Amino acid sequence: MNTPLAGKRPKTLSLKENYALLTRGLGWDTTYEPMDKVFPQDKFEGIKIHDWNKWEDPFRLTMDAYWKYQGEKERKLYAIVDAFQQNNGQFNVSDARYINTLKLFLTGVSPLEYGAHRGFAMAGRNFRGAGAGIAAQMQAIDELRHAQTQAHTISHYNKFFNGLHDYTHMFDRVWYLSVPKSYFEDAMTAGPFEFVTAISFSFEYVLTNLLFMPFMSGAAFNGDMATVTFGFSAQSDESRHMTLGLEGVKFILEQDPDNIPIVQRWLDKWFWRGYRLLTLVAMMMDYMLPKRVMSWGEAWEMYFEQNGGALFNDLSRYGIRLPKYHEVAAKEKDRLSHEAWATFYNYTHAAGFHTWLPEASEMKWLAEKYPMTFDKLYRPRFEFWREQQQKGRRFYNKTLPMLCQVCQVPTFFTEPDDPAKICHRESDYRDNKFHFCSDGCKDIFDHEPEKYVQSWLPVNQIYQGNCFRPGADPTVPGFDPLLEVLHYYGFHVGEDGGEFQDSPDCKNWERWTGKPGAAA
Amino acid sequence: MNDATQNAVFIAFQTNDDTRPIIEAIGNDNPNAQITRYPAMVKIDAPGRLVVRRASIEELIGREYDLRELHVNLISLSGNIDESDDEFVLHWNKN
Repeated sequence: MNTPLAGKRPKTLSLKENYALLTRGLGWDTTYEPMDKVFPQDKFEGIKIHDWNKWEDPFRLTMDAYWKYQGEKERKLYAIVDAFQQNNGQFNVSDARYINTLKLFLTGVSPLEYGAHRGFAMAGRNFRGAGAGIAAQMQAIDELRHAQTQAHTISHYNKFFNGLHDYTHMFDRVWYLSVPKSYFEDAMTAGPFEFVTAISFSFEYVLTNLLFMPFMSGAAFNGDMATVTFGFSAQSDESRHMTLGLEGVKFILEQDPDNIPIVQRWLDKWFWRGYRLLTLVAMMMDYMLPKRVMSWGEAWEMYFEQNGGALFNDLSRYGIRLPKYHEVAAKEKDRLSHEAWATFYNYTHAAGFHTWLPEASEMKWLAEKYPMTFDKLYRPRFEFWREQQQKGRRFYNKTLPMLCQVCQVPTFFTEPDDPAKICHRESDYRDNKFHFCSDGCKDIFDHEPEKYVQSWLPVNQIYQGNCFRPGADPTVPGFDPLLEVLHYYGFHVGEDGGEFQDSPDCKNWERWTGKPGAAA
Repeated sequence: MNDATQNAVFIAFQTNDDTRPIIEAIGNDNPNAQITRYPAMVKIDAPGRLVVRRASIEELIGREYDLRELHVNLISLSGNIDESDDEFVLHWNKN
């Protein structure tokens, strides 16, 4: 292997020539079988590619450099994870509520890393251009690394806190985890060009800065070095992945004018799908980090409106415009996290993490960050619930919510121009009625109804009796369907979910650390 | 929105000893850049274009440097990339 000796720069090929040999130089056209049979999936989406050699490599990371720097990242990461474990770092986080942020991240997002590994392995196989294939395959290896590092963090936190004992089982069943799961499976079941536009561009380039940057910085602020470490280590690969997304989209757009409307439709669709998924992140940032770095609203302005705005400005020369309904996202930015947290407060008994009401100082912060909405719309609701809670009537909602057919989030969002009215849309298809949370989700359904009528909606499945353990008998007197569903999810009922102040996590924290689990 | 965030490209690094000279070099080479320090993270925004020069980093660290080492501590970036042995450039084509 051509590893440079320490201190000496080998006078060899330039970076550009070196990378071209790895990609173009190692690619070839098959002769025993026609190329169309070897790469059967890169035409049906309607994308026309005339010259794969026009592909611009996102980062020129040759294999020797790739293994060298990835190895270095791994050594750094595990050294910190070891130190964290040896020093009982889990007890040095800001307070025990913080762990619930982590539970949501590790059960909701970490399985997506594994999904991304699978998705990029498939995309790498299906692109006939060697440059694109190699970039996708390197990303597949990165994503597997991310899934592994996060599993190590899950393993450590699982020794001390509830709700992390069986995250893969939960991922395939639990109602709110179907939001990230269905999002990613939607992308994986598309063709390779849509997959890369969806995940590499719309999600990684346009939206993941919102997930990783303020959130990981927030984890650091809250003393969670185990998470900061896997987060930043993953994010360092992410820079390459984002660039694959941008180069991929530019390449597709430059190849044929017929590609432009197809790509624009995908950008509209995947912006909205990704934005709806980030509802969970909005709530994590505003409500679940005991020490906050920035609000969801501020992060949206910085990473989408400014940085994303510059990106779409750059793409306008191809005839690409900002994604449809970006203006709805802007209208929702002062409401999103509050509506989401209120919903999880209602349904926390059916979740694998705890919720709580914001303390007085936190309400003050929320009012400062959301001067137009918080005191008027949300504070009274939280104060009413606090009163009820103090009287021993902590509210748990026992009826199941209606889910959006596309994003699978309960339909709790409000009308773009009326924060006091629930937004509800519907479509008829083959004598059935389908329900949506927004115009964005309805549009996506209306364009591909054959795909979305197949959605596995957790609430609908519960009502159909498909979410009970084998042998469960609903005809037995006293049968509690909700309780049975929680067992089917693999939750430890009474430990994993419910009000934080009443939780074993909170009591354990006080016992083990001598610090209060939650401010009174 | 100020000058640095108008049509900005950005690059963000982990806060540590490896990145201190890199950030200093970027600051020297890009007078318009705005450097913001967050917990565990430094984000550098620049209007339209930002350059990372190998020679400037080498000058500060006193050893040879391969720009691909940036990957080890890189958190995120935005902008089209032009990468050579000597320079790593982020830019938007339209201003």
